[in-house]
Amino acid sequence: MNLATEPDRRAWVMQVMGLPVSVHLRGPWVRTDPVAERVERVFAELGEVDAVFSTYRPESVLGRLGGALPDPATAEPVVREVVGLCELARIRTDGWFDARRLPLPGGGTGFDPSGLVKGWAVERAARHLADLPDHDLCLNAGGDVLLRTAPGRPAWRVGVEDPDHPERMLDVVERAGGAVATSGTARRGAHIVDPRAGRPAEAVRSVTVVGPELLWADVYATAAAARGADALDWLATLDGYAALLVDAAGRVRATPNWPGTWATHTCTA
Amino acid sequence: MRRITLWLLSTVAVLVLLFSYKTSTMGPGGESGAVAAGGSDGVVANPGSATDSSGSGSASGGTVTGSVAQTRWGPVQVRITVSGGKITDVQAVRVPDGNRRDQEINGYAVPVLRQEALAAQSAQIDTVSGATVTSDGYRESLQSAIDAAHLN
Repeated sequence: MNLATEPDRRAWVMQVMGLPVSVHLRGPWVRTDPVAERVERVFAELGEVDAVFSTYRPESVLGRLGGALPDPATAEPVVREVVGLCELARIRTDGWFDARRLPLPGGGTGFDPSGLVKGWAVERAARHLADLPDHDLCLNAGGDVLLRTAPGRPAWRVGVEDPDHPERMLDVVERAGGAVATSGTARRGAHIVDPRAGRPAEAVRSVTVVGPELLWADVYATAAAARGADALDWLATLDGYAALLVDAAGRVRATPNWPGTWATHTCTA
Repeated sequence: MRRITLWLLSTVAVLVLLFSYKTSTMGPGGESGAVAAGGSDGVVANPGSATDSSGSGSASGGTVTGSVAQTRWGPVQVRITVSGGKITDVQAVRVPDGNRRDQEINGYAVPVLRQEALAAQSAQIDTVSGATVTSDGYRESLQSAIDAAHLN
């Protein structure tokens, strides 16, 4: 292990939006104040987003609405943007991602954009680190990852957690940029709702989606978990996105364009 | 030592991957995937006891023998040799024998296993994607270990 040839690397971790969020930067200036201040801005913005969108906070904008759909005529621009994205997500997923009738923390069902807000907020907040030349970013928000690398730098190596053995990796994917998002029942039980049946979705143990944008990788992963058995066929139709899926029986399958090793292994069977 | 810990974990994962794949062809009703290199704790402990202050890389080494894993073909046990913080060899110390299926694992799976494990010394991971980690679960997560290694 030749550490001398590797660029300096530094991590910051904060609990925000109810999640552990870690920012890793590689590059020459990671120990300088200006870089640290930018990272602080990322965390601060995630906190601000949470104050608006958290359905766990009665005083947030969404909390005050209590599950009602925000009125586009009066809602503030960020809320309007998220409502629009939720509608786009519903269309793109054939209705399998549907923020309109979800179980709310306080009981009952209603509008809850949380499944989309995380990816949207992380992508948005990461702009504070966008204009750092020669620096690579690996931002992990509760298991969903956003990546960037400067030209000529090695790709980040992202381990895909084995849902049944969180200390083990199911696969490793190398990504220079884009996103890796995972949804499933492994950590929090059956918390993803099948919007058609209105019941918790349990057919998919874990699904990891790789692609250019975190917001969509996350939405597609959530939709796939809700969709169940035929989710992999649907994931294979998504342009620019690839997926690895573990079903409830423990069977692992990947879309043909999956960048890890699993597809290769399956082919040689 | 964090780094060694992490890539050894990755190595274990690769071994698991290989045997899980083999057993997965039996379908959902089959036996669960077998661990070929034993528990990660046992694997980590030995090479982690040495340090490398001279720069020669020879100090952090040793061999680790995994526990016996039950594969669909029978018991398999591997020994990993670590030298200079890298896996330099993987040997199957116990493999099934006696029938055609066993010859297949000896002739095919063991060399693949060895190759995979040797390749895994570069399998060090930077981050983990998994189902949403809660604040409670973070402390025990592999991600927290990766973060801790770079927080300084």
